[in-house]
Amino acid sequence: MMKKILSNSYIGLLLAMLYAPILIIIIFSFTEAKVLGNWTGFSFKLYTNLFQGGVHHSLSSALWNTLIIGLIAAFVSMLLGTVAAIGIYNLKPRARKTVQLVNSIPILNPDIITAISLFLLFVSLGFSQGYTTVILAHISFCTPYVVLSVYPRLQRMNDNLYEAALDLGATPFYALRKVLLPELRPGMISGFILAFTLSIDDFVVTLFTIGNEGLETLSTYIYADARKGGLTPELRPLSAIIFITVLVLLLIINQRAAKKRL
Amino acid sequence: MKKNLFAFAGKRRNWSIPYILFLGFFVVVPLILIVYYAFTSTTGGLTLGNFTKFWNQPEAMHTFVFSIGVALITTFICLALGYPAAYILSRMESKTAKIMVLLFILPMWVNFLIRTLATVALFDFFRIPLGQGSLYFGMVYNFLPFMIYPIYNSLQKTDKNLIEAAQDLGANPSQVFFKTILPLSVPGISSGIMMVFMPVISTFAIAELLTINNIKLFGTTLQENIYNGMWNYGAALSLIMLLLIGLTSMLNSEGNAKAAEEGGLI
Repeated sequence: MMKKILSNSYIGLLLAMLYAPILIIIIFSFTEAKVLGNWTGFSFKLYTNLFQGGVHHSLSSALWNTLIIGLIAAFVSMLLGTVAAIGIYNLKPRARKTVQLVNSIPILNPDIITAISLFLLFVSLGFSQGYTTVILAHISFCTPYVVLSVYPRLQRMNDNLYEAALDLGATPFYALRKVLLPELRPGMISGFILAFTLSIDDFVVTLFTIGNEGLETLSTYIYADARKGGLTPELRPLSAIIFITVLVLLLIINQRAAKKRL
Repeated sequence: MKKNLFAFAGKRRNWSIPYILFLGFFVVVPLILIVYYAFTSTTGGLTLGNFTKFWNQPEAMHTFVFSIGVALITTFICLALGYPAAYILSRMESKTAKIMVLLFILPMWVNFLIRTLATVALFDFFRIPLGQGSLYFGMVYNFLPFMIYPIYNSLQKTDKNLIEAAQDLGANPSQVFFKTILPLSVPGISSGIMMVFMPVISTFAIAELLTINNIKLFGTTLQENIYNGMWNYGAALSLIMLLLIGLTSMLNSEGNAKAAEEGGLI
């Protein structure tokens, strides 16, 4: 009994350590105090400030950039990754192993190495850095995750179904639409959400591929702000919003994963 | 012509071609470029100068060694805190354990800048000055879940019969732990070590934010060099970091293969 209480309180303590900082940020995003820890009364002012122009004009554009980059990168990754997964599944074992190995490089590589390698690619080719380079970079590290989330669906599905559709006179495109896609859809959607989460969350790769034309995403905006003045009051509501968004997206992914297992 | 195209697209193995080209261009070529830049001078000639420069530059060398130290200490603290947690979680009823594990891994998916700022918030809140203490706290805070998760996974998979067998054969609790449970969880420990050590060694910007620019780690050295236009030197430093990471993962190859097999964290 004693042992159980001890071990439960240990877990509780660790969880408190993990969540306390986040809770502090969320709580103090509802007060205007400059110094964190001072409570000067409940207020939505920091939140309304975020969404009003003026001082934080660049914030709303950073938010838009993040969403647009995330959506495009996730959508393209989903398409590319799904087609790739179907192709990889049908490769000969040896070629398949090789492609899967290369596919895992962006997942295992540290952010900063991926970032520097892509930076060198773009500067060597003389690409001007901006929207396009960020989106290409995001697609390159998101697609491997889509491949990984679609591939298991292919493994679980009956290979003969597609052949049967062809034998029954379906064109390859029709068979793809009516047989393959419905089977793969859950994996594609999980892959899309995962890619979107990774994209809006990315900082290092974005920083290296965004160029210096003034384009900003949320994370580069936060970085620039934090480097100047640490945790400024306006970062509190912003962090709170991002944190809650990511948590909700992850809970959705997990819910879907749990349903799949049933 | 059109018919040929259809026949080509009809072979589903050919569907991998666009992605293979994409991987080649955006994954393989960029990595080759790092090697190319690392071994050439700014004028394009083949040279080892970038590496000797690193060797002779006490500041970069110092940051490198210091970063390895920080990564080792962080890994050790994470292991010391994480192993008991993973052990307790693995002994919980499976439904509660699942929720608990989810609670532990959720923060890991939130942008590390925000997690780091959250740590700064904690120190601000308790009016503790930022410095070495906040550096280690922030690192452990950021990476502890990466240690708990793989260890929990391997502990949870251990055959309960083996533990019972050890007990039946007269082993006392500490013998059961050290002779049965611990050895069986080694794959989890080694992939946990990898998953903490590797990211810590390559962190960028965390140390600066946690110490108000007083302490900098190797990742920042890389970034500064690239930003200041020293691509060749920066590439050489990246290659050194890659080698270090390759070396660690080779030492850990068993655990690493396991982690890759499980396909990461979701």
